[in-house]
Amino acid sequence: MVSTAATKSNDLVLRSGLRYRKIRDRIIETLLLAAGLVAVFTTLAIVVILLSESSAFFEHVSLKDFLTDTMWTPLFADAHYGILPLVAGTLTTTMVALVVAVPVGTIIAIYLSEFASHRLRETVKPILELLGAVPTVVYGYFALTAVTPLLQKLMPELPGFNMLSAGLVIGLMIVPYVASVSEDAMRSVPRYMREGSYAMGATRLQTALRVVVPGAFSGLAAAFILGISRAVGETMVVAIAAGMQPNFTFDPREQAATITAYIVQVSLGDLPHGSIGYQSIFAAGLVLMLITLIFNVIGFSLTRKFREAY
Amino acid sequence: MATLPNAVPEYLKPDSIRTGLSRRKMLDQVFVIVGLVLMFACLGILAILFMNLVMDGSERFGWDFFTNFPSRRAERAGILGAWVGTSLIMLVTAFCAVPVGVAAAIYLEEYAPKNWFTAIIEINVTNLAGVPSIVYGLLALGLFVYQFGLGQSIAAAGLTLALLILPIVIVATRESIRAVPKSIREAAYGLGATRWEVTKDHVLPYSTGGILTGMILGLSRAIGETAPIITIGALSFIAFLPSSPVTSEFPFISFAWLKDPFTAMPIQMFNWVSRPDQAFQANAAAAGAILLGMTLLMNAVAIWIRYRFRKKINW
Repeated sequence: MVSTAATKSNDLVLRSGLRYRKIRDRIIETLLLAAGLVAVFTTLAIVVILLSESSAFFEHVSLKDFLTDTMWTPLFADAHYGILPLVAGTLTTTMVALVVAVPVGTIIAIYLSEFASHRLRETVKPILELLGAVPTVVYGYFALTAVTPLLQKLMPELPGFNMLSAGLVIGLMIVPYVASVSEDAMRSVPRYMREGSYAMGATRLQTALRVVVPGAFSGLAAAFILGISRAVGETMVVAIAAGMQPNFTFDPREQAATITAYIVQVSLGDLPHGSIGYQSIFAAGLVLMLITLIFNVIGFSLTRKFREAY
Repeated sequence: MATLPNAVPEYLKPDSIRTGLSRRKMLDQVFVIVGLVLMFACLGILAILFMNLVMDGSERFGWDFFTNFPSRRAERAGILGAWVGTSLIMLVTAFCAVPVGVAAAIYLEEYAPKNWFTAIIEINVTNLAGVPSIVYGLLALGLFVYQFGLGQSIAAAGLTLALLILPIVIVATRESIRAVPKSIREAAYGLGATRWEVTKDHVLPYSTGGILTGMILGLSRAIGETAPIITIGALSFIAFLPSSPVTSEFPFISFAWLKDPFTAMPIQMFNWVSRPDQAFQANAAAAGAILLGMTLLMNAVAIWIRYRFRKKINW
């Protein structure tokens, strides 16, 4: 019969079409997976590059000198390779930044989440997120041309490059970030917990401090850790405003180089590939990654320990 | 009974309750004031600093500033090389980061089985978002510049920034894909569509808004990044343009510019800021104001797109 033949060929067409579509699906899935693997390869590449270039560095420099020498002068004739001054610079600017950003950011977050009207919150939140996009080199300009002169009026002996100004500006820079992430964490505390607290006669401040903040503690810790990571890794503000001389001090009024500023300083020059100066920036980068990692591990364990389940 | 009714402790007496209550209410009010003052102080300081930047730079704004190369004379120096370099780098970054980021997000949301392997990819995406940007610069210096032999070129810079914004694109795309209701996918599967057909014809069209937003936010982050491209060795004094992407001979498009040395807006600004000569601070401010304007504009566009698409879709 004619119709059977037609059905048969139709069936054939349908089946070959289906097979084609299935094969196409497999190919596309593989391609998509490959794109997902780019993230894994990036991480691996960071680790491999940092470790391999640093290991070349540690062939010339003993780990003991690296960790105990208090001078960092890899580019001088009298070369010293002690990372401590750079670590001190990084930790000092980070501390100054956190002294500003953690209290201010948390208070703004509590205010926005628990006190502010819906309209105010919906206006301020996008502004906070917008501020996170401002290029850091612009903040560096603020630190050097606005904040430092202002501080010099208060403290006449303050040098033109100092860690205080850089740290304050980094703090101001991460306030919106800390506030925005903390606010998200506090909003996610369920409403009934607040209502229970209000029903017991607590004021908004008591509810905020004794119910919402403990309830959102893991989210707050995450916000602080993100803030710390940004402060530790911040490069342009310190490179512009804190000076580039390694200086083993924890006094924020002095000038000093951070790990990131050192990497920038070396990159601005023209160091030949494979020289000890070239390798030293990878060793510095490795230390930077380790510091970030340590803060993240601390944050992660805090988050684990204080996680509240409702 | 051990406690007699008249042995009410001091803090439970009506008077002390009343004073306690009024004190707590006062503290509440104090906090409102502290919160408001801190918030507006922060926003106010930033607003003043931004206005300062624009005013400091205002004397340099003008046609010449955009069409001049850097110069030793501050009033003659412009940003021609910088904005051309930035535009070309952004082109490379967008071409690399968007397809890869969107594809990775589609894989994680629509295809990936729930197992340790997928978990590894997800952990990597999250962690990469927290890696300091200068570390990407070190990665690029070791990998792109020397291992791949790209040199200190526009291609190397574009690829570096593409890796940097990949997590942003992935996270934004995943969120918008997740917002598409399951019922839409199930209806398509019910009609015999394959997974890719469901994704291409139903999920992606609905999530375009979110993907565009993520792409623009990523690029607005990339445009201001200074540290990674300084690390790969961008030059700050460039008095020539990369070779033109459009040529007069067949095939009219040339990719020679990918291998050219470059400078970029944030690097030009950094170079001017770090000069001791005060006259260059105005140039730095002008470049900063333009950079700031570009990032804010991109963010505004992203917010607008998100809003437009959200209004158009009714499930």
